[in-house]
Amino acid sequence: MGTMCNRKNIFNGLGLLCFLLLPPFAIQSEQEYLLSLFTRILIYGLAAASLDLILGFGGMVSLGHAVFMGIGGYSVGILAFHSYESLPLLSWPFVLNGTENALLAWPFAVLVAALFGIVTGAICLRTKGMHFIMITLAFAQMAYYFFVSLTKYGGSDGLSLYNRSVFPALNLGSDISFYYLCLTILLVFLIIANRLVRSHFGRVLSACRENEQRVQVLGFASYRYKLACYTFSAATAGLAGVLLVNQAEFISPGLMHWTKSGELMVMVLLGGMGTLSGPVLGAATLLLMEDFLAMYTEHWMIILGPFLIFVVLFAKRGLYGLLMGTGGNHD
Amino acid sequence: MLLFIEQLLNGLQLGVMLFLMSAGLTLVFGIMQVINLAHGSFYMIGAYVAATVAIRSGSFLLGMAVALPVAAAVGMLMELTILRRLYKRDHLDQVLATFGLIFFFNELTRIIWGRQPLFMDVPSWLGGAVELLPGVHYPVYRLAIILVGIFVALFLYLLFSRTRLGMQIRAGASNREMVAALGVNIRLLYTLVFGLGTMLAALAGIMAGPILAVEVGMGESILILTFVVIVIGGIGSVRGALVGALLVGMVDTLGRVYLPDILSLLVSSATADTLGASLASMSVYILMAIVLTCKPAGLFPAQS
Amino acid sequence: MTETLLKAKNLCKHFGALQVCRNFNLQIERGELHALIGPNGAGKTTALDLLTGLLAPDSGTLLLNGRDITKTSVNKRARLGLARAFQVTSLFNSFSVLDNLMLAVQAQQGTGTHFWSRAAHDRKLVASATSFVERMGLLDRATVLAGNLSHGERRQLEMGMALATKPAMLLLDEPMAGLGPGGTLKLSELISSLKGEVTILMVEHDTHAVFALADRISVLVQGEVVATDTPKMIKENKLVQAAYLGGAK
Repeated sequence: MGTMCNRKNIFNGLGLLCFLLLPPFAIQSEQEYLLSLFTRILIYGLAAASLDLILGFGGMVSLGHAVFMGIGGYSVGILAFHSYESLPLLSWPFVLNGTENALLAWPFAVLVAALFGIVTGAICLRTKGMHFIMITLAFAQMAYYFFVSLTKYGGSDGLSLYNRSVFPALNLGSDISFYYLCLTILLVFLIIANRLVRSHFGRVLSACRENEQRVQVLGFASYRYKLACYTFSAATAGLAGVLLVNQAEFISPGLMHWTKSGELMVMVLLGGMGTLSGPVLGAATLLLMEDFLAMYTEHWMIILGPFLIFVVLFAKRGLYGLLMGTGGNHD
Repeated sequence: MLLFIEQLLNGLQLGVMLFLMSAGLTLVFGIMQVINLAHGSFYMIGAYVAATVAIRSGSFLLGMAVALPVAAAVGMLMELTILRRLYKRDHLDQVLATFGLIFFFNELTRIIWGRQPLFMDVPSWLGGAVELLPGVHYPVYRLAIILVGIFVALFLYLLFSRTRLGMQIRAGASNREMVAALGVNIRLLYTLVFGLGTMLAALAGIMAGPILAVEVGMGESILILTFVVIVIGGIGSVRGALVGALLVGMVDTLGRVYLPDILSLLVSSATADTLGASLASMSVYILMAIVLTCKPAGLFPAQS
Repeated sequence: MTETLLKAKNLCKHFGALQVCRNFNLQIERGELHALIGPNGAGKTTALDLLTGLLAPDSGTLLLNGRDITKTSVNKRARLGLARAFQVTSLFNSFSVLDNLMLAVQAQQGTGTHFWSRAAHDRKLVASATSFVERMGLLDRATVLAGNLSHGERRQLEMGMALATKPAMLLLDEPMAGLGPGGTLKLSELISSLKGEVTILMVEHDTHAVFALADRISVLVQGEVVATDTPKMIKENKLVQAAYLGGAK
């Protein structure tokens, strides 16, 4: 038990060190594309870790998680768009103006994502198993087509931002400060989530994954626990979307496509389910692998597909599980 | 009114395509308890093989005759090598592994056929249109699709109600252990069911070929609608798949045509157009959400 | 002095054409140990499912402490004091013995929604759960995962889980099933030590244990309660004898 904890701490510490030292390294070695690649890793890591919260801990297999990223991203994008055009977003029942101020736009975006999470979650969580997978998928597709049809905001071509959100005392236009902001947000989330899964609440949630009926017989309203977790996870994914639209200064419905949700799932699995930091490792692995394979062949998916099947069939505990040895995983 | 009849037929035609896709998939769901995201890949494979053969030989029927067994063979091979290992795993593993299969099949198709879509002609003997009612002209090819769908539905009905194999499949959907206890070779049964499912998907793909472009990713767009159909109909129920497919086909088709008109009665026409278009593209999902809110297990739950 | 705790009036339930519960009537007094027996397939587990709320009856009413709970959800019933130990033990296998019990204690304390405090650092919770570990005689197994327990230990833990929610009424579904003579004895002692502290409804096949433990016995035949009486009178009941002679047991 003790050695395992140490191993985990060493691994997490080393990982953090790598992330901390990356920007100076990238600049020293004049490979600045690394900075944007790793910023994306941090952001996808955040989204994947939030998915892990419902997938690995709550046992809710959602195939529509990317939709929350899209909604968070579009909220920031649309607010910025209205700010450039100086058109109010809403004129009735109250006036809502666009804004590029991160302190206004970002919480708003997270709130919208959470709201979408709680409404769709309330419907999705009435179902279980296969139905749940498909209904989350269907809601994501619904949002996808909704944004495709919004021609005002670019439709399927997407929406470009002129610049990143304005953050007080921090120039987000600088890739380095943006990178460190993303890293900070990811760390804060991991700390909160880590606390959450060890809390009273987290235990009830894990118990739901194993045997929801038994949890109810004990007297817990399991539905509410799952819905709360689902909503929190949605809000976090929304925040990841906010960061992503700022990183790329562009958003399109493609971000919400179900294959993106699938990729998030792949990241969770690659890294290790139910480990929180595992999915960050998974995101890094997937994105780096893509980057690496794409240098050799444009058909890199022909390698990725079978690799994925191999991992599912033979290395279920993910990379994190392999690194931790036995006991690193939850089960 | 004439437009309405035409649109009804279009909805029926889409419903038939969805039925072909969902009948196979719902059986696989219901009997093997496995989620197969790669079902759309067989739709694509069927379309590609048929298009290639038809373009080379000039015969649509020959294309179909080659594509159906090829798709079924690929499907059964996939069942034997990969899916079989997933039956006992949880749904998450199934989703991820079949997601990997989609990557594989899509990229393989790109390597073999390239990035350019293939275009397949409507066979000349099914070309043209017929006058169904005075003033209602409808393409023969689309009517043929509807007929094929009715034929398949009848075939499945007879298969399930009249044959021994069909009984075993139905029994397998409701009680796996029982069927195994009765000495039915459950593995072979699974492989056969899977082959049947992929063949139906391929049939849908082949028939879609002359209407749509044959391209990579065509499987995924219909796959999601297929899921909606299955969820609405009730997982594992072929009858549910039929009803769900027709419902989704109708709602989607009629919604796209009439929602902007209906909305223009309420709001200005420009707003109605955009609003109508977005509502129409979401209509089937809204339908699904409503059905699931009232009946979480779908309209015809297979297992009670 | 007797006071009715649970009362089922004319509960009916059918699955398709099969009537599994017909006019199920049962009255349980506070503090008694009531046993429900009957031949195989009499609908005993279904009856418990109806009482717990895992199944909804087609008709009839169910009163707990005089309050109508026919339409109350499973988790609300649990909070009103109905606890159940399952026949096929359903523990949280990846949780340790202590963690399983902590969850049950959490349900009773209503601390499930605390999302920041670490459960393992909650002294009151740990102490309370530990006391149940001790009471169930599992102290030396406290850190073992529930999935790795022996059959008998799982039964003990299952019982402890139900008890830890501090129920007004405990429903035991065949607690002795699959236990050897030693295990049966151990569990009988445990159950009899609970007598008076908590009202118990026990479904059980082991007639020896039932007649030794129960205050009153109800006999269920084909979904219907045909007799309710003291063990002594039940033994002499002609109707019951007929049912058992015709039954599988």
